Amino acid sequence: MTIWAYVVRRIALAFLVLFGVATITFLMVRIVPSDPAAVYVGSNARPAQIAQARRILGLDKPLYVQYAIYMKNLVKGDWGDSLRTKRPVLQDILHFFPMSLELIISALIVAAIFGIVFGVATAHRKGKWIDHVMRIFSTGGVAIPAFWLALMLQIVFFRVLHLLPVAGPSDILVAQAHPITSVTGMPVIDALLTGNWPAFTDSVRHLILPMLCLAAYPMGVIMRMTRSSMLEAMGNDYIRMARAMGVPPRTLLYKDALKNAFGPVLTVIGLTFAYSLTGTFFVELIFAWPGLGQYATTSVLSTDYPAIMGVTIMVATAYVLVNLVVDLAQALLDPRIALS
Amino acid sequence: MATSSASMTTNSRWSDWRVRHQASLDETRYNTRVFFKDKLAVVGLVIILLTIIMAVFAPYIAPYPAQGQGESNLHARFEAPNAQHWMGTDNQGRDILSRIIYGARIPLIISFTVTAVIVIIGVPLGGIAGYYGGRIDEVVMRITDVFLAFPSLILAITFVAFLGPSIRNVMIAIVVSWWPWYTRLVRGVAVSLRERPYVEAARTMGVHNLLVIWRHILPNALGPVIVQMTLDIGTVILAAAALSFIGLGAQPPTAEWGLMISEGKDYILQQWWIGTFAGLAIFILVLAFNFVGDGLRDVLDPRSKR
Repeated sequence: MTIWAYVVRRIALAFLVLFGVATITFLMVRIVPSDPAAVYVGSNARPAQIAQARRILGLDKPLYVQYAIYMKNLVKGDWGDSLRTKRPVLQDILHFFPMSLELIISALIVAAIFGIVFGVATAHRKGKWIDHVMRIFSTGGVAIPAFWLALMLQIVFFRVLHLLPVAGPSDILVAQAHPITSVTGMPVIDALLTGNWPAFTDSVRHLILPMLCLAAYPMGVIMRMTRSSMLEAMGNDYIRMARAMGVPPRTLLYKDALKNAFGPVLTVIGLTFAYSLTGTFFVELIFAWPGLGQYATTSVLSTDYPAIMGVTIMVATAYVLVNLVVDLAQALLDPRIALS
Repeated sequence: MATSSASMTTNSRWSDWRVRHQASLDETRYNTRVFFKDKLAVVGLVIILLTIIMAVFAPYIAPYPAQGQGESNLHARFEAPNAQHWMGTDNQGRDILSRIIYGARIPLIISFTVTAVIVIIGVPLGGIAGYYGGRIDEVVMRITDVFLAFPSLILAITFVAFLGPSIRNVMIAIVVSWWPWYTRLVRGVAVSLRERPYVEAARTMGVHNLLVIWRHILPNALGPVIVQMTLDIGTVILAAAALSFIGLGAQPPTAEWGLMISEGKDYILQQWWIGTFAGLAIFILVLAFNFVGDGLRDVLDPRSKR
């Protein structure tokens, strides 16, 4: 298979998966015991009202017709109206998503930088004390409940040290004095683009705690992956040969071994993106961060099923796209992957 | 006389068995030694055993068993840790230490049950898909693709949102979103083994395909599966606690660590002890399972380095 055949096949597969995702989401709402029409009209409705709601929602039609309508609307961008906010679900999602994206991307950048640096350092000093300390550290990052870490960070950085704001995306006074003009919907980026410095520093200060909280797990995973793939790369014959021939260890470590270790690490970064998408649900809840996660949890608790379906599809789509990009990037880095 | 001859037969049967299994006995002994050399793994094992003992004997260990099960004690609300209440009391005056001890029960039951069910569903499916190959493999793998396209916690949250909040539904939701990982894992092993001479030999001799999978494929997948299970028990504990934290799992007045953190969330800046200790309990237990999983990996799955 040539590389382009691989690219086409991989993209086709991504579409197939998205189709499956939409189907499962549809089936999930239909097979569960709760009646969407009853939810739609509220808890004190009369049977006649429920019957009417069923007609409005198209629930009286046969299942395959409902499915066809659902798929058609989904593709057209009509994801239904939220029962709670009464706005179109897609509009809601596009409004809240950038806030979450800013959190997730900044967390992943921090996690990747520290994860790779620490991973290389521990692989370099395998079996030394720093390796053991870092093992506890990386396992800790994986084992710590994000929502608890959030509370602990609040205690330490707000209550004890008075260093950072406790929650929210911005300070009310700063937001009133220097309102951010929305360009991308991500406050830090927008403030930067519009040259709004007071709002920029304020947004960054508010971003730090939720970002650290979200970065813990990916950092642990990336660190472990970097360490093990570095060790594997360092064991290769050509590296040992180069070392025997007197290539300085530092060059070997960062130029040759890291280059080889990068493939698996890239995959792991893609996988941890999925974690961050869900991790942000809990982090946003605690830090009162007006993103997709908070929208999702409030929708879930009020059984706002069009919103829940919308969020599920959105998150799965984002995840599938990221994995697609990672796979393609890997195939370009290492053409053997496309050939196998 | 009769007794001595009987004991001789059992004895010879035993030595016979030992001779035949000498290699695997040696291996087990060697593996045990390797595992116990990993100090963190041993610490993890001790923590897990202590937690199980704590959960089983909760009524005898907890200083205030009634409060551990949910009875409120309103005249002692918000007490900071002191001699009577080592971890303080919560917003209903209940002793937090007692609730932590009782709270160990749900995560342990959920994680062991869920992981067992996932393995029972995922492993045979993976074995069949990998061994038969062809169309069966294609169909099973595309289905796992779709399930793996959802971050598993999102799928679980969506399921519970529609099924309604309860511990049972949390367990169903986690099973539904998790089984494909094991199918993938075992399928990989099966694919690598199906062309091996001994597997082909068994097949040509007319051994039933399912029996070949059972005897020759699954035993080889056992190591990676056990390692993955140990690591996943920790992840399932985290997921279940997370669902309880947002109100979808255990319901008050049950003592459950995730729910306790949620109850302490609003008081965290003043009465820090309400949420802190429950989170610490989750953290330590999950850490323990991860250490044991790492240790087992070195023993059972030496090819994959950590």
